Amino acid sequence: MSPRLEAAPPVGRHALSRRAIFKGSALLGGGLVLGALMPRVTKTWAQAAGTPPPIEPPSAFLRIDEDGLVTMIIPSTEMGQGIYTAEAALLAEELDVGLERVSLVAAPPDEKLYANALIGMQMTGGSTSIRAWFLPLRRTGAAARQMLIEAAAGSWGVPPGECITSNGSVSHAASGRMAGYGELAAAAMALPVPSAITLKATDQFRLIGKSLKRLDTPDKVRGKTVYGIDVRLPGMKIGTVASCPVFGGKLKSVDEAAALAVPGVSHVLKLDDAVAVVGDHMWAAIQGMQAAAPVWDGGAFKDMSMEVLVGSMAKAAQSDGLVAHDQNDAPGAYGKAATKLEATYQLPFLSHAPMEPINCTVQVKDGVCDVWVGTQVPTRARMLAAKGAGLAEDKVTIHNYLIGGGFGRRLEAEYVGQTAAFARQVDFPIKLVWSREQDIQHDTYRPYYYDQLRAGLDGQGRIVSWQHKVTGASVYNSYMGGWPADKVDPDAVEGAVETPYAFPAQRVDYVRWDPAPMPISWWRGVGPAHNVFVVESFMDELAHAAKQDPVAFRLPLLEKDPRAKAVLQLLADKSGWSSAAPAGVGRGLSLQLAFGSYVGLVIEASVGEGGLIRVHKATMAIDCGFVVNPDTVRAQMEGGLIFGLTAAMYGQITIEGGRVQQNNFNDYRMMRIDEAPVIDIHVVASEAEPGGIGETGTTAAFPALANAVFAATGKRLRKLPLSPVDLGAA
Amino acid sequence: MSIFTRGAVLALSLLCLAAQAASARADDDLVAKGDYLTKAADCVVCHTAPGGKPFAGGRAFSLPIGTIYSPNITPDKTAGIGDWTDEEFVRALHEGIAKDGSHLYPAFPYTSYTLMPREDVLAIRAYLATLEPVSTRPPENEVSFPFNQRWLMWGWNLVFNSDSRFAPDPAKSAEWNRGAYLVQGPGHCGECHTPRNIAQARKSSMELGGAEIQGWQAYNITSDVKTGIGGWTEEDLAAYLKNGFAEGHGAAAGSMAEVVSYSLRYLTDADLKAIAIYLKSVPPVDSGTPAIPRAAPPSIYAAAAPANDEATGQRVFAQACAGCHAWSGQGLQTPYAALIGDRALSDPTGANIAGVLLCGSHLQSPDGPMFMPSFAKGYSDTELAAVANFAASRFGAGRTELTPEGLAERRKDGCEG
Amino acid sequence: MTALKINGEVQQVDAPDDMPLLWVLRDVLGMTGSKFGCGIAQCGACTVHLDGQAIRSCVTPLAMAAEGEITTIEKIGDTPVGQRVQAAWLDLEVVQCGYCQSGQIMSAVALLAANPNPSDADIDAGMAGNICRCGTYPRIRAAIKKAATL
Ligand code: FES
Ligand code: FES
Repeated sequence: MSPRLEAAPPVGRHALSRRAIFKGSALLGGGLVLGALMPRVTKTWAQAAGTPPPIEPPSAFLRIDEDGLVTMIIPSTEMGQGIYTAEAALLAEELDVGLERVSLVAAPPDEKLYANALIGMQMTGGSTSIRAWFLPLRRTGAAARQMLIEAAAGSWGVPPGECITSNGSVSHAASGRMAGYGELAAAAMALPVPSAITLKATDQFRLIGKSLKRLDTPDKVRGKTVYGIDVRLPGMKIGTVASCPVFGGKLKSVDEAAALAVPGVSHVLKLDDAVAVVGDHMWAAIQGMQAAAPVWDGGAFKDMSMEVLVGSMAKAAQSDGLVAHDQNDAPGAYGKAATKLEATYQLPFLSHAPMEPINCTVQVKDGVCDVWVGTQVPTRARMLAAKGAGLAEDKVTIHNYLIGGGFGRRLEAEYVGQTAAFARQVDFPIKLVWSREQDIQHDTYRPYYYDQLRAGLDGQGRIVSWQHKVTGASVYNSYMGGWPADKVDPDAVEGAVETPYAFPAQRVDYVRWDPAPMPISWWRGVGPAHNVFVVESFMDELAHAAKQDPVAFRLPLLEKDPRAKAVLQLLADKSGWSSAAPAGVGRGLSLQLAFGSYVGLVIEASVGEGGLIRVHKATMAIDCGFVVNPDTVRAQMEGGLIFGLTAAMYGQITIEGGRVQQNNFNDYRMMRIDEAPVIDIHVVASEAEPGGIGETGTTAAFPALANAVFAATGKRLRKLPLSPVDLGAA
Repeated sequence: MSIFTRGAVLALSLLCLAAQAASARADDDLVAKGDYLTKAADCVVCHTAPGGKPFAGGRAFSLPIGTIYSPNITPDKTAGIGDWTDEEFVRALHEGIAKDGSHLYPAFPYTSYTLMPREDVLAIRAYLATLEPVSTRPPENEVSFPFNQRWLMWGWNLVFNSDSRFAPDPAKSAEWNRGAYLVQGPGHCGECHTPRNIAQARKSSMELGGAEIQGWQAYNITSDVKTGIGGWTEEDLAAYLKNGFAEGHGAAAGSMAEVVSYSLRYLTDADLKAIAIYLKSVPPVDSGTPAIPRAAPPSIYAAAAPANDEATGQRVFAQACAGCHAWSGQGLQTPYAALIGDRALSDPTGANIAGVLLCGSHLQSPDGPMFMPSFAKGYSDTELAAVANFAASRFGAGRTELTPEGLAERRKDGCEG
Repeated sequence: MTALKINGEVQQVDAPDDMPLLWVLRDVLGMTGSKFGCGIAQCGACTVHLDGQAIRSCVTPLAMAAEGEITTIEKIGDTPVGQRVQAAWLDLEVVQCGYCQSGQIMSAVALLAANPNPSDADIDAGMAGNICRCGTYPRIRAAIKKAATL
């Protein structure tokens, strides 16, 4: 059998030596293995504490070795969002250990144990990690603590109720006895998992709710963190991939001899639609690929252009779609409105371009397949690797790594399947690293959207009718396959149907229009990143049409949602909304309810010569419910905002000749430090159910910036990115 | 078969082999010479379409008269020149007449190649015959009336094509003559570096005095000290031709980078020196815009924050340029990225800065591939004009004439051709 | 064989002269702290120091790198400025995914070494070549200022 060459290294203050952590207790004799205590519904946060959870069969979330060192198996993938630290804090809080005694490893693929309850599969995405794991991980920690107490009490012959725990040990005050978790682990493991679990009250938290230092950071600032791209294995070769530049096209020929003549190149591997050149190092692979000069057969998509694409979307948008939401005859109300407004908005294809380019390492040997990769979806990766390798899924082992930025890209695992398909042609491990050009030209793109809005105001400037027709691809269909044509894609209308506002009459329609074979997928902010832009831009248009202040215009629509109202008021206050903006600067606003969180954002921006936008300041107010790590919430808001501003100002993937025209950061441009605004964040203290935060900043950015640009220039841009050409034109 | 006969057959065949080997060696020499001259004449660049097979033609040339495509010169019998006779091949290079008797457009530099003696032309032919035949045909030319009337070229040739071979100047050294031959003949330097008259012929009075070609400036390479290469040392010139770079003069970009990548870097040091010697002797032409050498600029830190478009230029430079070129303009990871002394930065038209920003640059140097990506899609005209002017003021002779509108115009020229 | 002076030690490297230093570090020497992000000097993920100057190793030919002393993220913490920068980074929790941070830190150390008290404009000039897709820019700015005071 193939040797376990390397597993992903653990993260934490004490570096547990390299070992096959999931290979059972042989290596960790006497370890405590605890089952996931996973409630199927986490929605009802308030009542959940104290509810006896259903108990799953035992598996591994926690291990305690004889020295009292705790290994936590973290169900969510760390890609920069700080989830390792947050989830460790949830476990450690209830277990009552300090994080300095903890090391973390990524959960292996196992739907039964590690499925995210909100998504229903093992996946890190959709800003759901904290929402899904807040209770299950705390329950696991609490159960373990109870078992350790019981083990101690049993051996000391004292009532468990008299024992207390403190930072990794159990003690009994009356008898003066004390034992570390390490000593107790073996006995505790033999006990049944308790059925009644007591969780701490929020005011007892020592870790949750505090700005903890992240556990993954020390290695990251020293260059010690091993990402998927850094994997090195005995006998491994390194390669790079070129896929047919035209979507859906095939490989025609490749100059193998020329590639093999490059020093260091050892193999040229072929698939139907891709080539890998493999050798001793990336430089050999890059040069070998140039020499190989693959020739492609473009296929049916080869004459596709943006003009044709958007033209056909615009045409599709004229047809009746599926009704996603229909309340109080909005079309009828529109007919009777005093003022009528219509607008069309367009959002471009986008690439994820995480800093760590796509890469995957696979060895297929002796009927088993090992995969070393950073993935948000370990089970999906395993399934696709099995397919690529031509093996059964149980022959595949996924070693999951920390990710150098996901943003949705690593919710896909097609590259894992592709690497396995290459790897099965040889018997040594190959690490395939994509060039940035390949990464951008063979991404799975955020779809293009073409949205039509229509609203009516009454004589007092109040909204009486709101209609929104979304035309765009179905990401559900591309992700899961076979989404019925007569069913609305919930992602396509997320943020369009459910807004913070109580409209008297509202209708949302959806026209499905897929750009196949161009691959599409999730992108940070998913549905709301598109719909919040459209809704909040149009709200701004309506406010101006009604000659009202955008805050004042929104407030009456929030009467039934006090959290939304409070966020907007806090935002108005903190941003100095009612004061005059500095000369030449426009203030733009957005408000959203997405991912279970309320976010308000005010952007201050100016537009200079040549239509160049400068973003000066961002003020955010957020109510994301109960906060696990306040500093991480801020970090995510900052990062998400800059991610969104980047796309709003520069992001677009365009198609000409059936292929992506952008290559690298020279033409798929990123916001840089000198463009980043000052960011001022205000978090509402809340005991409400935790909401998601990873994507909210991104979602908020688009409309707030577009509205600020309008405020600064009087120009309404309904198409992203906000082009200097559109702004510069007098 | 008896032992005897067998031995005789063996002896005979050994003899044959020896004869074959001798002639093969002669062939090899001819082919090697042809290979060298084909490189010196830079045939491959024009006769290869982007992404296409070398020498299979199809590269588009947009000329004022329309778009023409270079022919396939691989030995394919139908698509290429496989069934051309030597005579026809020589006639094409000397007189600009194709196999079928039609006149070739002078985008094909036969007015230079005509200086090559017949043996040199046939060496090229011998080399081309060794290539893999490629059966792809280039697209038809798209030339409008009256320029599609190729017979009109007859008159043009009468006036502008000397149809005579290079005649060495006995008063000059062998080295000088070799240089003159390479520059005027196969190297066809004047095709780009000499301005053209209204009939699209080179102005002989301004030989090598610099010209504009498809949005790029081919600089003055006469011995004029202020505006040409008179101030360069012979060594610098030879180094520039070989590497596409010389210390204190920056790196080649655009078409010149192509010429270095596909042609000049293959020439022997002796030939490059000969070219340098000859160029330094070309009568000076004053083309008006002096090349200005410049000392290292002051540190960027603590400089007063610049205003408006200077600020934009500095910002774009910080984002996209400083990582290679450095704030000192000396080039960070390689001197090839040096901006100080680069001719393009003391050209008031800013044409080549614009060209390089929009089209990027690819240079195959002996130190490995040197490249700059295109910034056309990532940055607006305002930003590109600003960064060009920032770089020209910081590292060159001062602001250029480039404006956002000019950048927009230049974009239309595209990057092919 | 080329002799490379890396982090105070001489390493013999068997690689072509035109091979970019980044691949020498990562694939030949196994020093994976320096990251690949773009390969065209546009992102800064591969930043190392050559004689104290921040350079993009993805476009630095081996032959050029061999002419000076190289310092990488693995050992920048041994320098006084490097130590301060890493401390400030940890203190302000700059890092998200961390992939760009080796390069950010190397650029920040070079900036502070040349300019111990950088203004906002100086930070822009020194750091705009480093992309962070996670958007840690506000914290990078703050951490550089903090490191200047440590
Ligand atoms: S990898 Fe070197 S700058 Fe991006
Ligand atoms: S921390 Fe993720 S790219 Fe900078």
